[in-house]
Amino acid sequence: MTEDDIRRTFLDLVTRVAPDLATDDIGGDDHLQDDLELDSMDVLNLVAAIHERLGVDVPEADYMEIATPNRAVTYLSGRLD
Amino acid sequence: MTRDTIRKSEADRRRAVLPDPAATRQSFRWEDAGAMLDGLPGGGLNIAFEAVDRHVAHGDGERLALRWLGKDGSTRDLTYAELMRETARFANVLRAHGLQPGDRLLSLMGREVALYVAALGTLKAGLVFSPLFSAFGPEPIRTRMEIGEANAMVTTESIYRRKIAPWRHEIPSLRTVFLADATAAPEGCVALGPAMADAADRFEVAPTAPDDMALIHFTSGTTGRPKGAVHVHDAVRAHAATGRFALNLRPGAVYWCTADPGWVTGTSYGIISPLVNGATMLVDEADFDLDRWYATLERERVQIWYTAPTAIRMMMRAGVEAAQPYDFSALEFLASVGEPLNPEGVVWGSEVFGRPFHDNWWQTETGGIMIANMAAEDIRPGSMGRPLPGITAGVVDTSGKTLRDCPPGEIGELALRPGWPSMMRAYLNEPARYAKAFRDGWYLSGDLAMRDAEGCFWFVGRADDLIKSSGHLIGPFEVESALIEHPAVAEAGVIGLPDETAGEVVRAYVSLNPGYTPSEGLEREIRGHARKRLGAAVAPREVIFRNTLPKTRSGKIMRRLLKARELGLPEGDISTLETDET
Repeated sequence: MTEDDIRRTFLDLVTRVAPDLATDDIGGDDHLQDDLELDSMDVLNLVAAIHERLGVDVPEADYMEIATPNRAVTYLSGRLD
Repeated sequence: MTRDTIRKSEADRRRAVLPDPAATRQSFRWEDAGAMLDGLPGGGLNIAFEAVDRHVAHGDGERLALRWLGKDGSTRDLTYAELMRETARFANVLRAHGLQPGDRLLSLMGREVALYVAALGTLKAGLVFSPLFSAFGPEPIRTRMEIGEANAMVTTESIYRRKIAPWRHEIPSLRTVFLADATAAPEGCVALGPAMADAADRFEVAPTAPDDMALIHFTSGTTGRPKGAVHVHDAVRAHAATGRFALNLRPGAVYWCTADPGWVTGTSYGIISPLVNGATMLVDEADFDLDRWYATLERERVQIWYTAPTAIRMMMRAGVEAAQPYDFSALEFLASVGEPLNPEGVVWGSEVFGRPFHDNWWQTETGGIMIANMAAEDIRPGSMGRPLPGITAGVVDTSGKTLRDCPPGEIGELALRPGWPSMMRAYLNEPARYAKAFRDGWYLSGDLAMRDAEGCFWFVGRADDLIKSSGHLIGPFEVESALIEHPAVAEAGVIGLPDETAGEVVRAYVSLNPGYTPSEGLEREIRGHARKRLGAAVAPREVIFRNTLPKTRSGKIMRRLLKARELGLPEGDISTLETDET
């Protein structure tokens, strides 16, 4: 998967969990909880969706690595190698 | 699964602020709690005076009252003397803008220092303080502002712009909006920072009487609009006593309540009780984050920690290993509230922190902790503990003409004998709903419970359709109302489904208007609509399509039946069912 694919997939999963958001309105450095108002249950659901779609298990200690789309792309790229 | 009783040692009992709860239960009268307070110098009682100013008068002004931890890693400390001056400035700002005792101020912002200053400054000025959860969407905010007839509000520029400005002028009672982070305010708003800087740092506390209204806490109803539970300044007697009895609060203790003041716990035990008891309270601006929390407990040498089952379960998910690098040796008392803590969670506290979690029970209407596992009493994991001194609790059968006391082991509704000082005094403008909460000399909590032979109470479930998600009480009616505003939705039924982390999660069943067909896209659109209106904490996590929903003859959607079917439980009495689910 290219980084673009990962970004697209990640944003798709975010907007599935939080369909009040539109992919185009989410900035790469937007913080999921502070800026986009996802709550902690949303984050858990997002982690489950990432696992299902990409097969990547994100442990609790790494949640901050997926706190923004940019960070998530870097983190998931590393985990998918 | 039942777990062994956790026995407390003699040393545990000796260390407890309340070393012999059984004896104190016999002797304690609520008048005794008056001795824990000063009262206003000129007569009267004011929560903010008891929380802040009197400690300065006693010579404790240099003690740390509040340590604020910013999301960005910064910290800000306020001593009791500094907090007295800041809250005086805020009270002066209110007066300068024509706000008088009895007026109502509503807060809507994250856990920033200004929120805490505003809460106490509002009470100091004799105004009524009503905190809202900042993650609410515009709909719940507006409803509560209308019911509360807010005269002023404190919020941030961004929240104001996004959630309030579009309809602000449709709220006739609202005169002033203070923006905590603005340097120059838009029309009709006041930039709080500059106003505070110009205000005097001395203020004579408003001469409130014990029965004057102090706080309005909103809580959800099964039907109809949310209810505004009214509390008075006299509640501070309960805040003082219950903080000692149930949380071991004492002067100088480092205490961390993780609840947001938008919910009653975050005000009663996240502002008032710790300060009244002279403790040093931590406030973390950030939400739950595993490593941040563990590091905070270690670095700040937290001694008393009051948190919630959802957070505890998230920590448990991360496993014992995640906690191992940290030193929790300062911790001496752990408590939990919001929903029942499962026995595994209680015991997990002992494994990881060296202390068990002490679950306790209360609700918005009770204003303070009523039933608790106390420091000096053994814990039966999974139980909410025993009534605090001054509290008479019972389990009653409500099905007959008059209430019947249930013997130990029988499930009934958890009830309390009215008379404790922090009991709600009204549901705002709804005397009929208030009256319905009392019967035959009992306050009926709406929770189902059982008492065991040893006098411990056990939570069983809600007697009504309210949903408890991440410790927040959610009214299905409010969610359903938002859903049917979507053009595709004809009818909606909302229930809570068990969830291992959140306790319950909100699920909606909807039927569609002609011309709409179920699809994944529509499901997302409806959920997105609900999130925009209600906010993430209240909106359904899942929307299920049905052709029709089960309804009674009078057209009421039978949520209970939706839930029973979902969980494979007995359907119970369905004699009133008119239209079945398809």
